[in-house]
Amino acid sequence: MISVEHLTKRYGAHTAVDGVTFTCEPGTVTGFLGPNGAGKSTTMRMICGLTPPSDGSATVRGVPYRRLPNPGREIGVLLDASAQHPGRTGREVLALAAQTMGVDRGRVGELLDLVGLNATAAKRRVRAYSLGMRQRLGIAMAMLGDPRILILDEPANGLDPEGIFWMRGVLRDFADRGGTVLLSSHLLREVEAVADRLVVIGGGRIVAAGTKDELLASSGVRVRGLDPDKLEWALTTAGVAVARTADGALVAQADAETVGRVAAAAAAVLLELRPADGGGLEQLFLTLTAGQTVKEAVK
Amino acid sequence: MSTIAAPTKPPMIERRVAGVSRPGITRLTAVELRKMTDTRAGFWLLVTIGLGYVALAVIMLFAADPADLTFRNLFQMMMIPSGVLLPVLGILAVTSEWTQRTALTTFTLVPERSRVAVAKLLAAIALAVASVAVSVAVAAAGNVVGSALFDGDGAWNLGGAILPLSLLAQVINIVMGVAFGMLLMNSALAIVVYFMLPTVWGVVGQMVKALQTPAQWLDLGVTMQPLLEGSMPGQAWAKLATASAVWVLLPLAAGWTRLLRREVS
Repeated sequence: MISVEHLTKRYGAHTAVDGVTFTCEPGTVTGFLGPNGAGKSTTMRMICGLTPPSDGSATVRGVPYRRLPNPGREIGVLLDASAQHPGRTGREVLALAAQTMGVDRGRVGELLDLVGLNATAAKRRVRAYSLGMRQRLGIAMAMLGDPRILILDEPANGLDPEGIFWMRGVLRDFADRGGTVLLSSHLLREVEAVADRLVVIGGGRIVAAGTKDELLASSGVRVRGLDPDKLEWALTTAGVAVARTADGALVAQADAETVGRVAAAAAAVLLELRPADGGGLEQLFLTLTAGQTVKEAVK
Repeated sequence: MSTIAAPTKPPMIERRVAGVSRPGITRLTAVELRKMTDTRAGFWLLVTIGLGYVALAVIMLFAADPADLTFRNLFQMMMIPSGVLLPVLGILAVTSEWTQRTALTTFTLVPERSRVAVAKLLAAIALAVASVAVSVAVAAAGNVVGSALFDGDGAWNLGGAILPLSLLAQVINIVMGVAFGMLLMNSALAIVVYFMLPTVWGVVGQMVKALQTPAQWLDLGVTMQPLLEGSMPGQAWAKLATASAVWVLLPLAAGWTRLLRREVS
């Protein structure tokens, strides 16, 4: 269990993380979503005691991370897969971690097998690893101490589609056996497939949090018409909030019947009418990213 | 989720407290020693020091006056390569954590950073001890060969306290390296400053008349010289202590504070 309370980090006048509060329960995968620079990594570093918070606190199983006697045995952490000495072999990296944690050396081989790094890859220096291989090595290191909790920052970066699918399986299985997973990403689709709960952060603040079903349910219906402009006009006139998606469809904040009746009254031909899958969340997400781009342009 | 469906693998059980005990300082020191030697830089620095011993012994056998071919003289010569290169290992032991960003892993696994710092210091001292042990062995071999093949004097008497005093000199050197590494946190910068600053100070101390007396107390190279010669007459200890406080303890204290505070990212 991870508990984050009012976590805040200020760098001078800039507030990177602003009063973030959430919990991760055993048996669940929590997706920590936000555009780049939203404060995900800073929050995770504060949970792991690497960055001192300006305000608030974070605990792991009720204890601040820095007071855990042997953290690697309780919580597996992967914050940056590329932060490895390029001159060490993959096996050596794991062997060092195993020695530090006091884990049986045999675990190193088991974990290399689990993450799909074969004997040749294990003997090579990390310098020669692709980002995907470094992620696999990082996941192996996180799981080496047989922890009950995993904290992974953008673990899917650099993994190929097969690798992403594999990782989802590993995390799902870990949570189904009672483990707690906190997983960050800047891609909604990536987290949606595995997370039970979502915490969305933008500009250092939590903008949405809840179970995946809750967040996706509030996203309205997706409707596509032969004449999108006419349909949009009809719906807006009827008082239904609509947003246009990239492919010309509309996401309407109303139920399917309302939308159907409006369309019929306006004699607009419908091509598609169904619950929007994550469209609402995606809209929210796009708004966050757009806001950030504007802010950066202004700077 | 259905309550009937059985999980594919057995659920995790809460672990006994014994399984998560704190790693002891001996284990952490062993890990730090391993980290100092398992990279190419570390490995080749050690090999270079070892080859340096052998090369110096061979040079002495061929070039030195046979009367000077003694265990003591050979041993004194061995102190040169370790004195120059061991501190670099000490520097890299700390700075590589930042330049290669392994601090992220190190401090995630051991959040009590002062324990990591202690382990690094102990590992550095262990390395200094090992290097003196190897120098003794190479010097002894050189002495045997010298007296057998080069008509050398072959005396075995080391004389005085040269062994413990030389060891102390090596420990001071490598600890100074670790301290500079902790303070500067960047390999290139720390190595340059480690070699340049005492040299510049030494030159200035000799050139500026008003500084000549303080230089005797504050030049670590000068105050360490008696250690390597095996005797500490008069004020030698006081001078060494003063210079070490300035060049080793001060940067160590400042570096220690910086290490504990720095944000790891």
